[in-house]
Amino acid sequence: MKSLIPFIAVVVLVLLAFVGVEAGNLQFLFGVVIPYAALAAFIVGFIIRVVNWGRSPVPFSIPTTAGQQKSLPWVKQNKLDNPSGALGVVGRMALEVFLFRSLFRNTKTELRDGPKLTYGSEKFLWLAGMAFHWSFLIILVRHLRFFAQSVPPVISLVASLDSFLQIGVPLLYITDVVILLAVTYLFIRRVSMPLIKYISLPADYFPLFLILGIVISGILMRYFSKVYIVGVKELAMGLVSFNPVNQETMQSITPLFYVHLFLISVLFAYFPFSKLMHLGGVFLSPTRNMPNNSRMVRHINPWNHPVHVHTYEEYENDFREKMKKAGIPVEKE
Amino acid sequence: MAKGPKPDELSKINYTPPRKEWMDVPTEIRSGMFCWGAKGKNLETLEFPNARDWSPAEEDWKLPENWKEIFLDGMKERLEKYRSFRLFMDICVRCGACADKCHFFVGGGDPKNMPVLRAELLRSVYRKYFTTSGKIFGKTAGARELTIDVLKELWYYYFQCTECRRCSLFCPYGIDQAEITMIGRELFNLLGLNTDWISGPVANCYMKGNHLGLEPHTITSNIEYMLDDIETVTGIKVTPTFNRKGAEILFVTPSGDLFADPGTYTCMGYLMLFHELGLDYTWSTYASEGGNFGFFTSNDMAKRLNAKIYAEAKRLGVKWILGGECGHMWRVLNQYMDTWNGPADFLEVPVSPITGMRFDNSKSTKMIHITEFTADLIKNGKLKLDPSRNDDLVVTYHDSCNTARGMGLMEEPRYIIKNVCNNFYEMPENTIREQTFCCGSGTGLNAGENMELRMRGGFPRANAVRHVKDKHGVNMLANICAIDRATLSAAMDYWVPGVKVTGVHELVANALIMKGEKERETDLRGEPLPKKEGK
Repeated sequence: MKSLIPFIAVVVLVLLAFVGVEAGNLQFLFGVVIPYAALAAFIVGFIIRVVNWGRSPVPFSIPTTAGQQKSLPWVKQNKLDNPSGALGVVGRMALEVFLFRSLFRNTKTELRDGPKLTYGSEKFLWLAGMAFHWSFLIILVRHLRFFAQSVPPVISLVASLDSFLQIGVPLLYITDVVILLAVTYLFIRRVSMPLIKYISLPADYFPLFLILGIVISGILMRYFSKVYIVGVKELAMGLVSFNPVNQETMQSITPLFYVHLFLISVLFAYFPFSKLMHLGGVFLSPTRNMPNNSRMVRHINPWNHPVHVHTYEEYENDFREKMKKAGIPVEKE
Repeated sequence: MAKGPKPDELSKINYTPPRKEWMDVPTEIRSGMFCWGAKGKNLETLEFPNARDWSPAEEDWKLPENWKEIFLDGMKERLEKYRSFRLFMDICVRCGACADKCHFFVGGGDPKNMPVLRAELLRSVYRKYFTTSGKIFGKTAGARELTIDVLKELWYYYFQCTECRRCSLFCPYGIDQAEITMIGRELFNLLGLNTDWISGPVANCYMKGNHLGLEPHTITSNIEYMLDDIETVTGIKVTPTFNRKGAEILFVTPSGDLFADPGTYTCMGYLMLFHELGLDYTWSTYASEGGNFGFFTSNDMAKRLNAKIYAEAKRLGVKWILGGECGHMWRVLNQYMDTWNGPADFLEVPVSPITGMRFDNSKSTKMIHITEFTADLIKNGKLKLDPSRNDDLVVTYHDSCNTARGMGLMEEPRYIIKNVCNNFYEMPENTIREQTFCCGSGTGLNAGENMELRMRGGFPRANAVRHVKDKHGVNMLANICAIDRATLSAAMDYWVPGVKVTGVHELVANALIMKGEKERETDLRGEPLPKKEGK
């Protein structure tokens, strides 16, 4: 049920773009207006979200330490999993952001006869996560070739590496296959593992279906139903130069392209309002981006305020006689 | 557990979630799984709101009329005060990596104890009142109304979390349920929804200086009993001082060490070690608590209790502070104390008077952990040790959650144990160091009435102990936490009978050859030493 609503939503989005362009001739809306609006929503929304997080202070130094602390000179500190300085934190964050370090630790707990608990290695989620995010990034970078008059060498390099298998015409991009498999795995995982299914919300399925829609429409255009690529490039360049192409060129592009573009627009616009903001959030997570040096350097809490304490004086007043009898020194005899 | 399920029943755990969606599964406040409600007089002592006696088992929780408003206002305030809270409400993707990392879920199978779902219990309320999509789309957006049943559910499960941070280790964004639980409990505290087992010790600590409510003369007399025992074992008369001005070092340890076995043996260990070193140190009866149950009520309360340590160090004019074996105490000292009550500019950077080691790792807080201190002594050959006195023990070591994941104190205690014991075996790697499992009774859940919860939570730890017991014959579980010493004993008796629990400094003291000591015949527990047995 929880996956049905998001699925229908994505189907409706697909139809909306298809019918809009095919029957309504709304190329300008789907090819120019909505992409601009979506990008604006993405940028503004993203910034607002991050600024909102940033506005709340980090009152305490709360890194999750995942290795040996810095203490005695002969005890080897784990500088990446328990950093005590900025360099270590950068290293820890880099591992987290680029290699999903924490997820790599993942284990699967099983209760066997005995009773005996076992903790097996469980890397599929990490693998699928890495495969998905990295292919997404590479695909995004590849697409930049549509937005530059002459394609920068870096982008060409990425594209040629991505297609180094040299299969088919046009050349098969490895990431196209990988992302399709990864997203499919992430979806199947969500519906087939009872506990994961139990915690899943429509907001977990929607981005999966949306991205699946983007991937499939993209793959269809590249490998199956050929798109008028010169027109697409002109449209993209028109968007970049704020000088939209004419309706004629836009009409020469297949509606499938507008479906693809519309789903991407929806993803961008939806992004800042969703869990996808983990992209920005991971950088701000105080359990990861702080050094464990709070005994060396005082961490300041901006809202630290005085509190009512029970002073020694009050304590001694309560217990003076008892203290004296027990031979404990007192301030006032 | 005197009554309640037997181990073989309790270890039949069903991990299959209900068919109905979790929002539609009502929560039953089940006996054996929760702690009694706070007493009004304790809440009053602490100036906590809505002070009255109450019981979670009763229908009426005696909440203020505008409880919902108080709760939501409290949430808003904390969203503005804690980036962690706001972020952790927003960025979870429900990947489920944390799901089977929680000892309460592993030992109980209740899906609402998966950290992700425990957080969703509160996130759903957050979405309803603090996000646009939640306001518009409601349940479809994962949002739900804050009703009295939702409040009760939150309370029930936020007192089934020991803030051990194991989930946060595995989370790709470092989302820390401990942080969410702490804030959740602050919100309950605004409504007077505290437990007796927490608010009682907090009130004691506030008025009398320690959780157990030991008055000054009781502290000295408890220690005198220990001194007698030390004399019986070693023939040496140890003479500690209390509230002594001008001492070089203030020693602070959890009061549990002064009160009950096996903590008292650890305490005897400190006393013997300090005596042997001729350390110029003092105990304090005012700052007689290293632990901080205030940490399980609210940030302010924790700060109010913690303030005594620096205040007392200042009054007595010591140079630096040495802290005993405790778990959450050290998360507080490492990550909070300086921020709350610092800067401790009236103190000096701790320098071991024995080795000259300067502890720059605590150059701001001026407080070091006793295992850092002792490891340095051993490394420098300052202690005469006879580890064979511990030869009847086959030892394993349990990392406390807080010293592992809130500090990273992992090698120091191990180094000590390996130098004072000949038989040491590690538990499986997924259950120690940063991946350590909680004892199941932290954050003030170490009461008697919630024994089923405690035994369930202690199951993963106990199961790992059982593994090394079967494999290596382990019979002693060492740790550096007063709560562990109290609660793991119960968990061992229940799950792995035959394994005893000890603090690290008990092992040190057993092995420590003291100047002028008589030929020892027993260990600190009065058990015959291993080599004597054969004679």
